[in-house]
Amino acid sequence: MNIFNQAGKYFALMAKVFSRPERHSLYVRQTFNEIENLGIKSVGIVAVISVFMGGIMTLQVAYNMINPLLPTTLIGLGNRDSLILEFSSTIMGLIMAGKIGSNITSEIGSMKVTQQIDSLEIMGVNSAGYLILPKIIAVVLIFPLLYILSVFFGIVGGLIVGPAVGAVSAADYLSGIQFGFNPYYVTFSLIKCVVFGFLIASIAAFFGYTVEGGAFDVGTASTRAVVNTSIMILVSDLILTQLLL
Amino acid sequence: MIKISNIYKSFEQKEVLKNISMEFNKGETNLIIGRSGSGKTVLLKSIVGLLEVDRGKIFYDDRDFTSMNLKLRKKLRQEMGMVFQGGALFDSLTVEENIRFPLDMFSMLSSAEKQKQVDFCLDRVNISDANKMFPSEISGGMQKRVAIARAIVLNPKYLFCDEPNSGLDPETSILIDELVHQITVDLQITTIINTHDMNSVMEIGDNILFISEGEMCWEGNRKEILSTDNHKLQEFVFANKQYQKIRDDKINE
Ligand SMILES: Nc1ncnc2c1ncn2[C@@H]1O[C@H](COP(=O)(O)OP(=O)(O)OP(=O)(O)O)[C@@H](O)[C@H]1O
Ligand SMILES: [Mg+2]
Repeated sequence: MNIFNQAGKYFALMAKVFSRPERHSLYVRQTFNEIENLGIKSVGIVAVISVFMGGIMTLQVAYNMINPLLPTTLIGLGNRDSLILEFSSTIMGLIMAGKIGSNITSEIGSMKVTQQIDSLEIMGVNSAGYLILPKIIAVVLIFPLLYILSVFFGIVGGLIVGPAVGAVSAADYLSGIQFGFNPYYVTFSLIKCVVFGFLIASIAAFFGYTVEGGAFDVGTASTRAVVNTSIMILVSDLILTQLLL
Repeated sequence: MIKISNIYKSFEQKEVLKNISMEFNKGETNLIIGRSGSGKTVLLKSIVGLLEVDRGKIFYDDRDFTSMNLKLRKKLRQEMGMVFQGGALFDSLTVEENIRFPLDMFSMLSSAEKQKQVDFCLDRVNISDANKMFPSEISGGMQKRVAIARAIVLNPKYLFCDEPNSGLDPETSILIDELVHQITVDLQITTIINTHDMNSVMEIGDNILFISEGEMCWEGNRKEILSTDNHKLQEFVFANKQYQKIRDDKINE
């Protein structure tokens, strides 16, 4: 399908999403539900992936430091900055596009094909606003928190794996992660997280909301949502890095 | 009363509705009948505004729906209730929450008053003991009844049902038909029902519109339908031999 056509439909949908809610209290209640459903339930996978990636990156940095003159404190520093700058924001964004994104697309898509969305419209409810806005707010709020958790667990991963395989002592690792810390990196990544959160929720919702057909089409839409979100995350990562760093 | 005049609707090249006009009366069950694919669902969706008509006008008690903007339409929709072909209950909400949803969204009632209204509607459709169940846990017939309860919870003036008894056994179908008919008469609302079920037609067909390939072919009521001389309608009605027999018996009487 024509990409400009799609983009036009996406922005039209967003205009509907951000129009005035009928009942604030219901939207607030939905937002808390979504924070639990999409956010709290992602903490586990974020922790597991981050511990592993932190451990793996620590080993990678250690094996690549063949020059014995380089201090091993650089290992902790390398892991920390990779986590803060790219892994916990961008790679986590791609993973969340798969987890949260496909969840959103399939939920909204099934509501579409079973006429639940038509039901909302007939009642006089702005279905796009009621279904999508709480999800966008929830993901935009929780993604920065998941980022901070991911950085923390990634550093813990390095702390477990580094000393365990004898690549770096715990003391050197810990002093490494405190060395030359640039707080702006964190600010920069938090900005990215807000953008990624918005992209993940809104693009996934768009593909769900525009499904036509049946269960099969909902599956196709989920896949397309994940692919498109991933591309948009990488494109915006490139742009933001160029603009802000 | 709902009035439609000279409605046209097409999808890309395909003309689905051609010049349809009709008046649907208040306090009566108005039926739209026709074969599968004749355009019943498209017509009903056009009347409620889920689809935009290409040409023609739709009036809700002299209010011109076609020229309303989105805001006015949303207001008017709070006077509508609709039962979809598959029920279309919100599957993340329990039976009770489904019925309360329109109240939560639009009414200013206290939660005790809402509960009273929900219980009243559940009672109206003869459902008990299912309040806390989810739609996936109840039978198809019950889902339809819950959908009816949800559609009438805000005391609508207009009720729309798309094939309310498709997929139900004949006995349950009759119960649902009678239920919709009773509600229509009791609350004096304008009800439009899509169906291709001749039993429904004979039970509750106060005012019937027969469409064939998107064109209006015949209008009348259940008393007139058996003696029709319209060929397309005859084909539709007497596809079931039983009605041929009923007609012949009548003639012989
Ligand atoms: N969104 C759409 N895009 C294109 N064509 C459509 C669309 N919706 C319906 N049609 C076409 O319009 C015609 C009428 O469909 P409709 O769903 O109104 O039939 P129906 O009378 O309700 O049939 P049934 O009794 O099987 O529900 C069909 O030929 C269908 O292919
Ligand atoms: Mg239909």
